Order: sequence, then C-alpha cells, then structure tokens
Amino acid sequence: MSLAKSPWIIHVNCNSCNGCDIEVVACLTPLYDAERFGVLNIGTPKQADIMVVTGSVNYKNVNVLKNIYNQIPDPKVVLAVGACASTGGIFHNCYNVIGGVDQIIPVDAYVPGCCPRPEAILDGVVAALSILESKSKGKIKGKEVKLKGKEVPSNA
Amino acid sequence: MNSLDIAKIVLVLIGAPILGCLLAGIDRKLTSRLQGRVGPPLLQPYYDVRKLFEKDNVVVNKSQNLYVVMYVIFVVLSLLMLVFEADILMIIFVYTISSVALIVGGMSTGSPYARIGSSREIMAILSYEPILIFYAIAIYMLTGTFKLSALDEASTPLLMYIPLIFIGMLFVMNIKFKKSPFDFSTSHHAHQELVKGMFTEYSGPGMAGIEIGHFYEYTFLLGLMFVFWKINILMGLILALIAFLFVIVMDNITARVYWQWMFKTSWTVMLLISVINIVYLYIYEIKII
Repeated sequence: MSLAKSPWIIHVNCNSCNGCDIEVVACLTPLYDAERFGVLNIGTPKQADIMVVTGSVNYKNVNVLKNIYNQIPDPKVVLAVGACASTGGIFHNCYNVIGGVDQIIPVDAYVPGCCPRPEAILDGVVAALSILESKSKGKIKGKEVKLKGKEVPSNA
Repeated sequence: MNSLDIAKIVLVLIGAPILGCLLAGIDRKLTSRLQGRVGPPLLQPYYDVRKLFEKDNVVVNKSQNLYVVMYVIFVVLSLLMLVFEADILMIIFVYTISSVALIVGGMSTGSPYARIGSSREIMAILSYEPILIFYAIAIYMLTGTFKLSALDEASTPLLMYIPLIFIGMLFVMNIKFKKSPFDFSTSHHAHQELVKGMFTEYSGPGMAGIEIGHFYEYTFLLGLMFVFWKINILMGLILALIAFLFVIVMDNITARVYWQWMFKTSWTVMLLISVINIVYLYIYEIKII
C-alpha cells in the first residue's frame, strides 16, 4: 500500500491550450490541496509515478512525449486530463494532430472535460492510485515506446 | 569500546533517521499550515521513502549509486563523531566529504540540470564553510581544545560568548537544510527552472538513500546547534528546536535568491560578525573552563 500513499506526479503539457494546465495547478492550491494525499508535483520523470498529460499529441511533440514516458521508472501510470488528451478534442482532425495520448502511449485513466474541474482531476489521480497498486503487485512493466525519427503524417 | 558505546551507536543508527523523518514531517505539515492548506500526514516522508524503495532504480551510470552510499556513510560518521564528542574540526571535515559525494554524484550524470545544481552546491559549501570553521575556532578559544567533550566541564554555555556566531550558524542551517531562500541547488519548488537540481538523475532506491541521508543530516545539523548550550540538555534541545523552527519560517517567508546574493551575504555580513566575535574573545581572553 505504500505506492498509493505517496504518488509523485509529473505534468506533461502536449500542445495544450493551458486551460487544463491551470486546472492541474489549481489542484495544488489551498482550496483543493492535493498534498493531502501525498501528491507532489515533481519536475523530473525519473522520480515520478503518475504522468499527467494535457493536450493532444502532434507531430512536433510526439517524440518528447515518448521520451518522457520511457524515462519514468516502473511501476508507472498515465493519466490523460481533458478532452484533447483523451481523444484529440476539437483538434482531432487538424492536419498536424495525431490524436489523443492513447494513440502513442498506453493510458490508464481518462479525465474528460474541457477543461475538467480540479475535483475531477483529483478523482482521476485517486483512480490511478489503485491501478498503480495493482501494477506494482502484478509487477506489470510499462512497455518501452520506440522512438522513431521525424514523425510525418502519411497523407501529408 | 564498551557495551555502553555500542548501545549508543545502535541508538544513533536507529533513532536518528526516525527523528529526522519526524522533523521532515513536521516541516511539511507546518509549511502547509502556514500556507492555509491541510497538508500531508505527519509520516509522509516515511511513506515517500518506502515508495521509492518499491520503484525501479534507473541510473545513468553505476557509480551514481556508490556516491549515494558514500553520502550516507559520511553523514552517519559525522553524526556518530558528534555523539561521541570528537574533534569539532574533524567532524566538519568528515561532514564536508558527505556533501562532496553528492556533488560528484550530480556531476557524474552529465545532465545539465544536475550540473547546475552541483555547481551551485559548491558555491553553497564555499559560503557556509568559513562560518563553520570560525565556530570551531571559537570553541577552541573558549575551551583550549577542539574536543567537544571538554564542553561538559564548561561553566557557562557557548551561546553567552559567541551569540554572533550563533546568528551565522542559523544562516548555515538555512543553507544546509536546502530551504528557501537558499534552495537553488535542489528543491521541489524550483522544478520549473532546475527540474530537481543535483538529484535530477536519481530514481527509486537511489533517491530513497538520499532521503534517508537527509534524515541523518537533519539530526546532525540540529546537533551542531545543540552544542551551543551543551551543559544543559533541556536548553540545548530548546535551542535546536528554535533553529529548526527558524529555518521553516524563513523557508515560508522568503523567495529564492541568486547564489551570488548568498555568497556576498555570507562572505561580508556573516563572516564579519563571526570575525568580530572571535576578536572579542581574543581581546578579553575569555575562557569558560
């Protein structure tokens, strides 16, 4: 049960409009205080447990996303926050957008909304904790996502 | 070495991290209360360490782990020397090696953030080391020996004659606890510009080792403050507690400064008041034994 008591979060902004990011940061304010659950907003992926991704993935940032995901030591959980991170949102058919985060890396929990309220994000983090626990018990390792060279859309 | 000494060693090895863990918990709880938050449970640092042991250890090079071990060993060694009332000068030197181990560990990873953090930590050592040395010199001038055991026979506490060095030591505490305004080598709060400073490339058990080392270090640093009123255990503990609370309050009411600011303040104001204190001891030829 030790993983669930101290989840450290790394926040990755993939092409987000900043709406979700402000809500993620709002979770740390005195009103919502995510640190009650031991949540820390950590800077380095090497010490993170939960990867919070906001925004849709595009061809510019896809390798950055993969790189950060690969650097997080197991057990790890990915939380997609907001409509864009879940499905691509209103940008889903843009020429430069690949889609939701789950197109690139395995996502464990989704928080829908544009943008989701801090309560919903905290709920998502708490939901991710039980997944983190079960991954730790089953010794489930995150697969290494291969980095390709320049990602180019096939129809471009 | 008799059985009492062995009991003392065991007590320090087990008791010090528990005390340091509680201090870190109080620190986080108090900080969040000062910010109007509920804050994590008191044992949160313990949960963090336990979690870090469950994670994979991802390292850039294998020597990184060795530096963590060196850090913990030398911190524990300096704490043991303090408990056994050894030579204060030797304690300071051994303690410096522990900081150097962390710096070399940060440098060895090659990460630019770790390098920035490490070079800033070097500046921190440059800033606080002279004050520590003056502290040792003051003890020598007052008792005629560097041995801390001599302080047991002192007639008056150290604080009575070296209050200015006490202020300097509070400054040192702020640097060594790596708290704001001097938290630029590594901290949770500087992650936008520094990621995690010196410890950027540590993960899982490696990071847990550093955290445990910090618990020992907290106890050691407060032990240095305890020495100011060593003839009365209760007053010594109160002094250590005051220093600890001072560090937390300073952490919450100040913003992070440039390392240049710390360097200038320490080498002008803090060094000057330490020298004034030493000169005062020299002119009046004060002895407490």
